Amino acid sequence: MDILLGIRTQNEVLLITSRSLARGISVLKSDDVKVLECNKHTALAFSGEPGDTTNFVEFIRANVRLYGFQNKQELTTHAVASYARKELATSLRSRKPYQVNILVAGHNGTPELHWIDYLGTNVTLPYAAHGYASYYVLSTLDRWWTETLTLEEGLELARKCIDELEKRMPIDFKGCNIHVVDQNGVRLHE
Amino acid sequence: MSGYDRALSVFSPDGHVFQVEYALEAVKRGTCAVGVKGRDVVVLGCERRSALKLHDPRTTPSKLCAVDDHITLCFAGLNADARVLVDRARLEAQNHRINLADPASVEYITKHIAGLQQRYTQSGGVRPFGISTLIGGFDPQSDKPNLYHTEPSGIFSSWKANAIGRSSKTVHELLDKLWEEDMDEQKTVELAVKSLLEVVQTGNQNIEVAVLRPNKEMEVLADDYLDEIVRRIEDEKAKEAEEKQSRRRHDD
Repeated sequence: MDILLGIRTQNEVLLITSRSLARGISVLKSDDVKVLECNKHTALAFSGEPGDTTNFVEFIRANVRLYGFQNKQELTTHAVASYARKELATSLRSRKPYQVNILVAGHNGTPELHWIDYLGTNVTLPYAAHGYASYYVLSTLDRWWTETLTLEEGLELARKCIDELEKRMPIDFKGCNIHVVDQNGVRLHE
Repeated sequence: MSGYDRALSVFSPDGHVFQVEYALEAVKRGTCAVGVKGRDVVVLGCERRSALKLHDPRTTPSKLCAVDDHITLCFAGLNADARVLVDRARLEAQNHRINLADPASVEYITKHIAGLQQRYTQSGGVRPFGISTLIGGFDPQSDKPNLYHTEPSGIFSSWKANAIGRSSKTVHELLDKLWEEDMDEQKTVELAVKSLLEVVQTGNQNIEVAVLRPNKEMEVLADDYLDEIVRRIEDEKAKEAEEKQSRRRHDD
């Protein structure tokens, strides 16, 4: 039920994630952050089985960082996405696969957004969503997204999506965090 | 040959483990490395072997190795051994982050490296690492500088300033004389460069210096900035020599 939404604009990528952390019928936390800085210019947004998610993304981050130190060369966003996909695909064929869906957002000269699900599907997209939220926001994004969105326009589009979710989603997801990934790195937008 | 240096895990009757002592010999032949602690800074410096004209210098890894964001290591001895050891340290640094959700302390990484070096003095079919290391850095959320030294035997110790490798004895004496409490960044860098210049013949081109600051990644000093410091130190030295000479002439 977590909301995971990514929008690529002209110079940055926006990651919109819900703040609620629910287990069963209870909300445990209403200021949850579902985005992890992987290296300086790449962020991972994640949802799925709690526990699996943190374990998986921290594993990915540790290996990406290790690669950076060993080779004095940080992995590109594309490489991070390929690596994460490979790990998910390997895990899928094990006795107990990770149930994790992720969005990989990064900026290496140009902004980049990858949609990866627990089955090991990796697609590069201009905008993407995981889970139930995708049913509500994809039409909005289809209508309003353009190649030349500025940051402000992107945020406005994100607002449109969140409004739609608040209107149509049957659950209270406690609002959303918006992370911006641009040439300066990853930051939480107020 | 006495025979006691053939297998690693065999003592000589007088209590020496020869292979470990040979490893220390390899360290003494290695290029010099220096570490100096200041008030809120650690400076690591090392000698850089001049590359041949046709050699692509990018393929020779620097002797200043970042182990993690906040820990840097430099070494003296066999470059090939160092590569393996440093990779193990890097892996441990990331493992620590995953397992404890916190960056490793400098002491932890030092202990890990020293422990690894010790293991290679007591196992069959291996030889010890032919390197000594200087490990500098700051613990997470701390302004206290750390500088550690490890040896092939697995000994580790903490220092205010230390030198390893070729002619480290001369450098040690200089550091003994010139190191003082509460040095600022500039003074610390200058002391590190000065002590390296004792060892390096052809001045500025052949040294590398990294500055470590609290909660920041290491900064490897740019060549032209280093040139400037080297020139300043050499000028000072020349002036001192001149004064000495004129005084002598005066006495005559």
